[in-house]
Amino acid sequence: MILKGKVHKYGCDVDTDVIIPARYLNTSDPAELAAHCMEDIDGEFVKNVKAGDIIVADDNFGCGSSREHAPIAIKAAGVSCVIAKTFARIFYRNAINIGLPILQCPEAVDGISAGDQVEVDASTGKITNLTTGKSYQAMPFPPFMQRLIDVGGLIEYAKDKIKSAGCSCCML
Amino acid sequence: MGQTITQKILAAHCGKDAVEAGELITAKLDLVLANDITAPIAIREFEKIGAGCVFDKDKVALVPDHSTPAKDIKSAEQVKIMRDFARKYGITNFFEIGRVGIEHTLLPDMGLVLPGDAVIGADSHTCTYGAIGAFSTGVGSTDLAAAMALGETWLRVPETIKFVYYGKLNKWVGGKDLILYTIGKIGVDGALYCSMEFTGETIEGLPMADRFTMCNMAIEAGGKNGIIPPDETTLAYVKQRAKREFKTYKSDADALYKEVIEIDCSKLEPQIAFPHLPENTKPLSEVGNVKIDQSVIGSCTNGRIEDLRVAAEILKGRQVHRDVRLIIFPGTQEIYKQAMHEGLFDIFVDSGAAVSTPTCGPCLGGHMGCLAEGERAIATTNRNFVGRMGHPKSEVYLSGPAVAAASAVLGCIGGPDQLEKR
Ligand code: SF4
Repeated sequence: MILKGKVHKYGCDVDTDVIIPARYLNTSDPAELAAHCMEDIDGEFVKNVKAGDIIVADDNFGCGSSREHAPIAIKAAGVSCVIAKTFARIFYRNAINIGLPILQCPEAVDGISAGDQVEVDASTGKITNLTTGKSYQAMPFPPFMQRLIDVGGLIEYAKDKIKSAGCSCCML
Repeated sequence: MGQTITQKILAAHCGKDAVEAGELITAKLDLVLANDITAPIAIREFEKIGAGCVFDKDKVALVPDHSTPAKDIKSAEQVKIMRDFARKYGITNFFEIGRVGIEHTLLPDMGLVLPGDAVIGADSHTCTYGAIGAFSTGVGSTDLAAAMALGETWLRVPETIKFVYYGKLNKWVGGKDLILYTIGKIGVDGALYCSMEFTGETIEGLPMADRFTMCNMAIEAGGKNGIIPPDETTLAYVKQRAKREFKTYKSDADALYKEVIEIDCSKLEPQIAFPHLPENTKPLSEVGNVKIDQSVIGSCTNGRIEDLRVAAEILKGRQVHRDVRLIIFPGTQEIYKQAMHEGLFDIFVDSGAAVSTPTCGPCLGGHMGCLAEGERAIATTNRNFVGRMGHPKSEVYLSGPAVAAASAVLGCIGGPDQLEKR
C-alpha cells in the first residue's frame, strides 16, 4: 500500500489530550472527533489537513490516556499514516488494532520538515521524502503484529478465533 | 535465570513456566474493564465479532465514572449504551450512580482485583492495581472488545526497571511525592514499554493508599505497569475483600532488570509538577509565588480516605482563600460514607470547600469544575497536559493532598508548614 501526502510535523510527547481533548469525548463518532483533531496543539490542523497527509513527530507520540478516539480522530481526519521516533504503548496498540498505519523511524523524523511531500510504502516500511529525494527504512513489525495487520486488525482476528473455537456460551 | 514478579504473573497466565522480556504472549485474563468513554467503542467493536456472550459475565467490569452523573444528553447516551449492553449480556459488575466510584479505586476496594491477577482495562490508569501485586495495564477499546469475547489478550512481556527507595519520609511527604519525583527524574517516557517495580524499605513502610498512588502514575512515565510485591500490608488490605483464591508472587533475587534506580527519600520535600507535563517537577521550596484559582483533591490517584484525612487535618479550623475554589471528590461511595462518619465533610464544608459525589469530572476537564481561560489549578490528579482540566490556556499543577489543601488556604502554591507561620 502506497501512502502519499503533505507532512504536518510536531515535537516530543504529543499527548492524547491535545490530539482529541476530553471535552469532545461525549461522542465516539469518527467524523465528529475528526473535526477537533489536534485542536489544542495546532488550531489550524483541521483546516489544513487533506486526505493522505502524514503526521511526523518526535518521541513518545500519543502518550497519556487510552482513548482510542485519538487514532480514530487522526484516521478520520484523512491522515494516511503517522511516522514518529517512538510511540506511547497504548497508542501503538490502538493504531494497529484499528488499522492506522504507524511507522517508527528516527532518521526519517530528523530528515523530514513540515510541508514536505512524503511517500510511504506501508508494506515494506520504506519512507521517501519526495521534497528532498532522501529515503529511509522504518523498523519492521514483529511477526505476530504483522499477522494482525494482515488479517485486517484485531476484530477480524477475534472473529476468526470465535468462528473456529466458539465462544463460552456455545461451549456450554 | 530468575524471573521478576511481572514475568511470573504473565507466565502463569499463558501456561508457561517462564517468559522472557520481549516475548509476545497470549495471556488469560482475570478481569477486563472499561468506562463510559471507552466502553461504547468497545461495545460497537464487540458486536462485530459475533460472539454470543462475553467470556465470563463476572469478569467484565463496566464503570460509568467519567461523565457521570450524566453531564449532558450525549454522555447520558454513552452510559445508556453500557447499561443496555450490561443487561443484554448479564454483566454482574455494572455500577449506577449512587453505587459507582472511580474505577481504579472502586474495583480493588470491592475485591474484584486480587494479587497475582492479570487485568486489562480500557483506561490508561488500569496500572493502579499493581499496588496489590497484580499485573494490570491499560489498553484501547478494540483490545477490550476482543478481550470481552475471548477472555485473553496479546501482550509483549515488558522489561522491568527496579526502583529501590530508602530512607525515612519527611512529614507531609507521601506516595504522590515519591512518584512525582521519580517521573521528574526519568521523564514521561523514561519507562516506555517497561514494568516499573517499586521496592525498598520506604515502600515497605507505605500504606496501601500511597502504593495505589504510585502504581497509578506508572503510565505517566510511559510504563506498561507499576507493581509492588505483596507483603503484610497488602494482605491486610486484600484479605477482608477477597471472595476467591489468589496467589502472591515475588521477584527472584537473580531476576534480570533493565536498570536498577536507587532513590534516597530522606531529604525529599513535597513535589509539584508544573504545566504541562508530569515530569516538570520541583520541590516545594523552589516553587516561588504561584497564585491559584482552584484546588482539586480527589481522583483515582488521591481520592482515598487517607488522602481526605490529610486534607481535613490541614483544613480543620481554617478557611479556603477567598479567591480559591476548593473541590473535593472522594473515590467511591464507601469512602464518601467513611469521610462523612469521621466528620471530614463538616471540616470541608465549614472551610468553604465543595464536596462532590464520586466522579472523574474535574480530573479530565469533563465537568464539575472546569477551568476558564488563563486560570490555574493545583490538583492531586495525575495529568497536567495542555487543556486537561478545561480551557487550553489554563494550567494544572500536580501535588499530593497536603499541598493541595494548604494551597487552597494560602491562595498560592504552598505547604502546610507555611500555614503554621501565618
Ligand atoms: S480520575 Fe482522572 S485519571 Fe482517574 S480514571 Fe478518572 S479521569 Fe482517569
